[in-house]
Amino acid sequence: MKDLSLHLLDIACNSVSAGAGALNLELEEREGLLTVTITDDGAGMPPRLLAAVTDPFTTTRTTRKVGLGLPLLRLAAEQTGGSLRVESREGAGTKVTAVFDARHIDCPPLGDMAGTVAMIIQGAPHVEVRYTHTAPSGTICFDTRDIRGILGPDVPLSEPEVARWIQAYIEELTGQLHI
Amino acid sequence: MKSLEELKAIRERMQKQIDIRHNDDDRIRVVVGMATCGIAAGARPVLAAFLEEVEKRNLKHVTVTQTGCIGVCRLEPIVEVHIPGQEKVTYVKMSPDKVPAVVSEHLVNRHVVAEYTIGAADERGR
Repeated sequence: MKDLSLHLLDIACNSVSAGAGALNLELEEREGLLTVTITDDGAGMPPRLLAAVTDPFTTTRTTRKVGLGLPLLRLAAEQTGGSLRVESREGAGTKVTAVFDARHIDCPPLGDMAGTVAMIIQGAPHVEVRYTHTAPSGTICFDTRDIRGILGPDVPLSEPEVARWIQAYIEELTGQLHI
Repeated sequence: MKSLEELKAIRERMQKQIDIRHNDDDRIRVVVGMATCGIAAGARPVLAAFLEEVEKRNLKHVTVTQTGCIGVCRLEPIVEVHIPGQEKVTYVKMSPDKVPAVVSEHLVNRHVVAEYTIGAADERGR
Protein backbone atom coordinates (compact mmCIF):
# COMPACT_ATOMS: atom_id res chain seq x y z
CA MET A 1 0.00 0.00 0.00
CA LYS A 2 1.49 3.26 -1.09
CA ASP A 3 0.19 5.35 1.77
CA LEU A 4 -1.64 5.18 5.09
CA SER A 5 -4.99 6.27 3.70
CA LEU A 6 -5.12 3.07 1.63
CA HIS A 7 -4.55 0.95 4.76
CA LEU A 8 -7.38 2.84 6.43
CA LEU A 9 -9.66 2.15 3.46
CA ASP A 10 -8.76 -1.51 3.53
CA ILE A 11 -9.31 -2.08 7.27
CA ALA A 12 -12.49 0.01 7.28
CA CYS A 13 -13.89 -2.38 4.66
CA ASN A 14 -13.41 -5.20 7.19
CA SER A 15 -15.53 -3.28 9.67
CA VAL A 16 -18.28 -2.80 7.12
CA SER A 17 -18.20 -6.51 6.21
CA ALA A 18 -18.49 -7.30 9.91
CA GLY A 19 -21.81 -5.50 9.91
CA ALA A 20 -20.72 -2.33 11.67
CA GLY A 21 -23.43 0.25 12.29
CA ALA A 22 -20.90 2.75 13.57
CA LEU A 23 -17.30 3.23 12.52
CA ASN A 24 -14.74 5.46 14.22
CA LEU A 25 -11.65 6.48 12.29
CA GLU A 26 -9.01 8.32 14.28
CA LEU A 27 -5.71 9.76 13.19
CA GLU A 28 -3.45 11.23 15.84
CA GLU A 29 -0.16 13.01 15.28
CA ARG A 30 1.61 13.51 18.59
CA GLU A 31 5.25 13.69 19.67
CA GLY A 32 6.60 12.21 16.44
CA LEU A 33 4.16 9.29 16.52
CA LEU A 34 1.34 8.67 14.11
CA THR A 35 -1.51 6.57 15.48
CA VAL A 36 -4.28 5.23 13.28
CA THR A 37 -7.25 3.72 15.11
CA ILE A 38 -10.22 2.01 13.50
CA THR A 39 -13.05 1.05 15.84
CA ASP A 40 -16.30 -0.62 14.88
CA ASP A 41 -19.35 -2.13 16.55
CA GLY A 42 -19.56 -5.03 14.14
CA ALA A 43 -19.61 -8.77 14.75
CA GLY A 44 -16.18 -8.96 16.42
CA MET A 45 -13.99 -12.04 16.46
CA PRO A 46 -13.83 -15.11 18.67
CA PRO A 47 -10.52 -15.48 20.60
CA ARG A 48 -9.03 -18.10 18.26
CA LEU A 49 -9.58 -16.00 15.13
CA LEU A 50 -8.35 -12.88 16.92
CA ALA A 51 -5.09 -14.60 17.87
CA ALA A 52 -4.41 -15.58 14.26
CA VAL A 53 -5.80 -12.52 12.49
CA THR A 54 -2.47 -10.91 11.62
CA ASP A 55 -1.26 -14.13 10.03
CA PRO A 56 -1.45 -13.76 6.23
CA PHE A 57 -2.96 -17.21 5.93
CA THR A 58 -5.88 -16.30 8.15
CA THR A 59 -8.86 -14.94 6.28
CA THR A 60 -12.62 -15.01 6.29
CA ARG A 61 -12.91 -14.77 2.55
CA THR A 62 -13.70 -17.85 0.55
CA THR A 63 -12.13 -16.89 -2.76
CA ARG A 64 -8.56 -17.22 -1.57
CA LYS A 65 -6.67 -18.68 1.40
CA VAL A 66 -4.76 -15.45 2.02
CA GLY A 67 -5.82 -12.27 3.78
CA LEU A 68 -3.19 -9.58 3.58
CA GLY A 69 -4.85 -6.44 4.94
CA LEU A 70 -3.90 -6.71 8.61
CA PRO A 71 -0.53 -8.42 8.00
CA LEU A 72 0.46 -5.62 5.59
CA LEU A 73 -0.58 -2.99 8.11
CA ARG A 74 1.39 -4.71 10.87
CA LEU A 75 4.43 -4.88 8.61
CA ALA A 76 4.15 -1.22 7.67
CA ALA A 77 3.90 -0.16 11.31
CA GLU A 78 6.65 -2.44 12.57
CA GLN A 79 9.00 -1.33 9.80
CA THR A 80 9.03 2.09 11.41
CA GLY A 81 9.55 0.63 14.86
CA GLY A 82 5.85 0.92 15.56
CA SER A 83 3.18 -1.65 16.35
CA LEU A 84 -0.24 -3.05 15.57
CA ARG A 85 -2.79 -4.06 18.17
CA VAL A 86 -6.11 -5.73 17.41
CA GLU A 87 -8.73 -5.97 20.13
CA SER A 88 -12.02 -7.66 19.55
CA ARG A 89 -15.00 -9.12 21.33
CA GLU A 90 -17.56 -11.27 19.62
CA GLY A 91 -20.87 -9.49 19.41
CA ALA A 92 -19.34 -6.17 20.45
CA GLY A 93 -16.85 -5.06 17.83
CA THR A 94 -13.22 -4.65 16.90
CA LYS A 95 -10.55 -2.03 17.42
CA VAL A 96 -7.40 -1.87 15.32
CA THR A 97 -4.62 0.44 16.53
CA ALA A 98 -1.52 1.00 14.40
CA VAL A 99 1.33 3.15 15.65
CA PHE A 100 3.99 4.53 13.32
CA ASP A 101 7.17 6.45 14.06
CA ALA A 102 6.48 9.41 11.81
CA ARG A 103 10.13 10.39 11.62
CA HIS A 104 11.29 6.96 10.45
CA ILE A 105 12.37 6.88 6.84
CA ASP A 106 10.03 3.96 6.12
CA CYS A 107 6.93 5.66 7.45
CA PRO A 108 4.43 5.89 4.57
CA PRO A 109 2.92 9.28 3.77
CA LEU A 110 -0.59 9.97 5.04
CA GLY A 111 -2.05 10.01 1.55
CA ASP A 112 -5.49 11.30 0.64
CA MET A 113 -7.41 10.90 3.91
CA ALA A 114 -10.31 13.09 2.82
CA GLY A 115 -10.84 11.10 -0.36
CA THR A 116 -10.57 7.86 1.54
CA VAL A 117 -13.09 8.81 4.22
CA ALA A 118 -15.50 10.04 1.54
CA MET A 119 -15.07 6.77 -0.33
CA ILE A 120 -15.65 4.66 2.80
CA ILE A 121 -18.90 6.55 3.38
CA GLN A 122 -19.90 6.29 -0.29
CA GLY A 123 -19.50 2.52 -0.19
CA ALA A 124 -21.34 2.06 3.09
CA PRO A 125 -23.90 4.87 3.25
CA HIS A 126 -25.88 3.27 6.05
CA VAL A 127 -22.92 3.27 8.47
CA GLU A 128 -22.38 6.17 10.86
CA VAL A 129 -18.79 7.20 10.25
CA ARG A 130 -16.84 9.55 12.45
CA TYR A 131 -13.42 10.77 11.34
CA THR A 132 -11.15 12.58 13.78
CA HIS A 133 -7.71 13.99 13.04
CA THR A 134 -5.69 15.31 15.95
CA ALA A 135 -2.49 17.24 15.36
CA PRO A 136 -0.42 19.45 17.65
CA SER A 137 -2.28 22.46 16.25
CA GLY A 138 -5.74 21.13 17.04
CA THR A 139 -8.43 18.60 16.23
CA ILE A 140 -10.88 18.32 13.36
CA CYS A 141 -13.84 16.03 13.18
CA PHE A 142 -16.40 14.95 10.61
CA ASP A 143 -19.42 12.85 11.52
CA THR A 144 -22.03 11.49 9.12
CA ARG A 145 -24.61 11.93 11.89
CA ASP A 146 -24.28 15.68 11.43
CA ILE A 147 -25.32 15.66 7.81
CA ARG A 148 -28.07 13.06 7.61
CA GLY A 149 -30.64 15.46 8.96
CA ILE A 150 -29.79 18.10 6.37
CA LEU A 151 -29.81 15.67 3.47
CA GLY A 152 -33.10 14.11 4.45
CA PRO A 153 -34.20 10.51 3.99
CA ASP A 154 -34.20 10.52 0.19
CA VAL A 155 -30.60 11.45 -0.46
CA PRO A 156 -28.27 8.54 0.30
CA LEU A 157 -24.70 9.23 1.29
CA SER A 158 -23.67 7.11 -1.69
CA GLU A 159 -24.61 9.86 -4.14
CA PRO A 160 -21.46 10.99 -6.00
CA GLU A 161 -22.26 14.64 -5.32
CA VAL A 162 -22.49 14.02 -1.60
CA ALA A 163 -19.23 12.04 -1.60
CA ARG A 164 -17.57 14.91 -3.41
CA TRP A 165 -18.89 17.41 -0.86
CA ILE A 166 -17.66 15.28 2.04
CA GLN A 167 -14.20 14.99 0.52
CA ALA A 168 -13.92 18.73 -0.10
CA TYR A 169 -15.23 19.51 3.39
CA ILE A 170 -12.71 17.24 5.10
CA GLU A 171 -9.92 18.63 2.89
CA GLU A 172 -10.81 22.10 4.03
CA LEU A 173 -10.93 21.11 7.71
CA THR A 174 -7.57 19.37 7.33
CA GLY A 175 -6.07 22.47 5.72
CA GLN A 176 -6.95 24.40 8.84
CA LEU A 177 -4.96 21.96 10.95
CA HIS A 178 -1.65 22.68 9.33
CA ILE A 179 -1.76 26.43 9.35
CA MET B 1 -15.58 27.63 2.07
CA LYS B 2 -17.63 24.44 2.12
CA SER B 3 -20.87 24.91 3.93
CA LEU B 4 -23.82 22.87 5.08
CA GLU B 5 -25.94 25.11 2.84
CA GLU B 6 -24.46 23.29 -0.12
CA LEU B 7 -25.86 20.03 1.23
CA LYS B 8 -29.29 21.62 1.43
CA ALA B 9 -28.93 22.61 -2.22
CA ILE B 10 -27.98 19.04 -3.15
CA ARG B 11 -31.05 17.78 -1.32
CA GLU B 12 -33.35 20.21 -3.10
CA ARG B 13 -31.90 19.33 -6.48
CA MET B 14 -32.25 15.58 -5.82
CA GLN B 15 -35.83 15.93 -4.63
CA LYS B 16 -36.82 17.58 -7.87
CA GLN B 17 -35.45 14.57 -9.70
CA ILE B 18 -37.13 11.97 -7.55
CA ASP B 19 -40.10 11.72 -9.89
CA ILE B 20 -37.95 10.72 -12.83
CA ARG B 21 -35.75 8.45 -10.75
CA HIS B 22 -35.54 5.01 -12.33
CA ASN B 23 -36.75 2.16 -10.20
CA ASP B 24 -34.22 -0.35 -8.89
CA ASP B 25 -34.80 -2.89 -11.66
CA ASP B 26 -33.60 -0.49 -14.34
CA ARG B 27 -30.48 0.61 -12.61
CA ILE B 28 -27.08 -0.17 -14.04
CA ARG B 29 -24.69 -1.30 -11.33
CA VAL B 30 -20.98 -0.60 -11.53
CA VAL B 31 -19.18 -2.70 -8.93
CA VAL B 32 -15.54 -1.92 -8.16
CA GLY B 33 -13.39 -4.52 -6.39
CA MET B 34 -12.09 -2.91 -3.18
CA ALA B 35 -10.45 -5.71 -1.24
CA THR B 36 -6.82 -5.46 -0.17
CA CYS B 37 -5.70 -6.63 -3.61
CA GLY B 38 -7.84 -4.05 -5.35
CA ILE B 39 -6.81 -1.17 -3.12
CA ALA B 40 -3.12 -2.01 -3.42
CA ALA B 41 -3.47 -2.25 -7.21
CA GLY B 42 -5.06 1.17 -7.47
CA ALA B 43 -8.83 0.66 -7.30
CA ARG B 44 -9.47 3.84 -5.36
CA PRO B 45 -8.63 6.25 -8.20
CA VAL B 46 -10.70 4.04 -10.53
CA LEU B 47 -13.73 4.29 -8.26
CA ALA B 48 -13.16 8.03 -7.91
CA ALA B 49 -13.04 8.35 -11.71
CA PHE B 50 -16.35 6.47 -12.08
CA LEU B 51 -18.03 8.68 -9.49
CA GLU B 52 -16.72 11.75 -11.28
CA GLU B 53 -17.86 10.62 -14.74
CA VAL B 54 -21.30 9.52 -13.53
CA GLU B 55 -21.80 12.86 -11.83
CA LYS B 56 -20.42 14.86 -14.75
CA ARG B 57 -22.75 13.14 -17.20
CA ASN B 58 -25.63 13.20 -14.76
CA LEU B 59 -26.31 9.48 -15.18
CA LYS B 60 -29.19 9.00 -12.80
CA HIS B 61 -29.69 5.34 -13.63
CA VAL B 62 -26.19 4.24 -12.61
CA THR B 63 -25.21 3.08 -9.13
CA VAL B 64 -21.52 2.81 -8.24
CA THR B 65 -20.73 0.38 -5.43
CA GLN B 66 -17.79 -1.43 -3.88
CA THR B 67 -17.24 -5.11 -3.29
CA GLY B 68 -14.67 -7.42 -1.76
CA CYS B 69 -12.30 -9.87 -3.39
CA ILE B 70 -13.59 -11.11 -6.73
CA GLY B 71 -11.06 -13.96 -6.86
CA VAL B 72 -8.68 -12.98 -9.67
CA CYS B 73 -6.33 -10.74 -7.72
CA ARG B 74 -3.63 -10.51 -10.38
CA LEU B 75 -6.09 -8.72 -12.68
CA GLU B 76 -7.10 -6.03 -10.19
CA PRO B 77 -8.37 -3.30 -10.37
CA ILE B 78 -11.53 -5.08 -11.50
CA VAL B 79 -14.84 -3.43 -12.36
CA GLU B 80 -18.05 -5.35 -13.05
CA VAL B 81 -20.87 -3.77 -15.04
CA HIS B 82 -24.34 -5.19 -14.46
CA ILE B 83 -26.97 -4.08 -16.93
CA PRO B 84 -30.37 -5.64 -16.16
CA GLY B 85 -31.27 -8.30 -18.70
CA GLN B 86 -27.69 -8.64 -19.94
CA GLU B 87 -24.71 -10.73 -18.99
CA LYS B 88 -22.32 -9.21 -16.49
CA VAL B 89 -19.20 -7.67 -18.05
CA THR B 90 -15.92 -7.83 -16.14
CA TYR B 91 -13.28 -5.21 -16.87
CA VAL B 92 -9.80 -5.96 -15.59
CA LYS B 93 -6.55 -4.05 -15.02
CA MET B 94 -8.60 -0.88 -14.94
CA SER B 95 -7.07 2.53 -14.53
CA PRO B 96 -8.60 6.01 -14.22
CA ASP B 97 -7.76 6.86 -17.85
CA LYS B 98 -9.83 3.91 -19.10
CA VAL B 99 -12.90 4.98 -17.17
CA PRO B 100 -14.29 7.69 -19.49
CA ALA B 101 -14.36 5.20 -22.39
CA VAL B 102 -16.21 2.59 -20.31
CA VAL B 103 -18.73 5.16 -19.13
CA SER B 104 -19.47 6.70 -22.52
CA GLU B 105 -19.33 3.55 -24.63
CA HIS B 106 -20.73 0.94 -22.29
CA LEU B 107 -22.88 2.73 -19.74
CA VAL B 108 -24.31 5.26 -22.15
CA ASN B 109 -24.11 3.64 -25.61
CA ARG B 110 -24.34 0.03 -24.39
CA HIS B 111 -21.27 -1.09 -26.34
CA VAL B 112 -18.91 -3.25 -24.31
CA VAL B 113 -15.30 -2.08 -24.49
CA ALA B 114 -14.01 -5.52 -25.40
CA GLU B 115 -10.29 -4.81 -25.11
CA TYR B 116 -10.59 -4.01 -21.40
CA THR B 117 -12.52 -7.13 -20.49
CA ILE B 118 -11.35 -10.29 -18.77
CA GLY B 119 -11.83 -12.27 -22.00
CA ALA B 120 -9.35 -10.09 -23.83
CA ALA B 121 -6.86 -10.31 -20.97
CA ASP B 122 -6.96 -14.11 -21.10
CA GLU B 123 -6.31 -14.12 -24.83
CA ARG B 124 -3.29 -11.96 -24.34
CA GLY B 125 -1.99 -14.64 -22.02
CA ARG B 126 -1.83 -12.53 -18.87
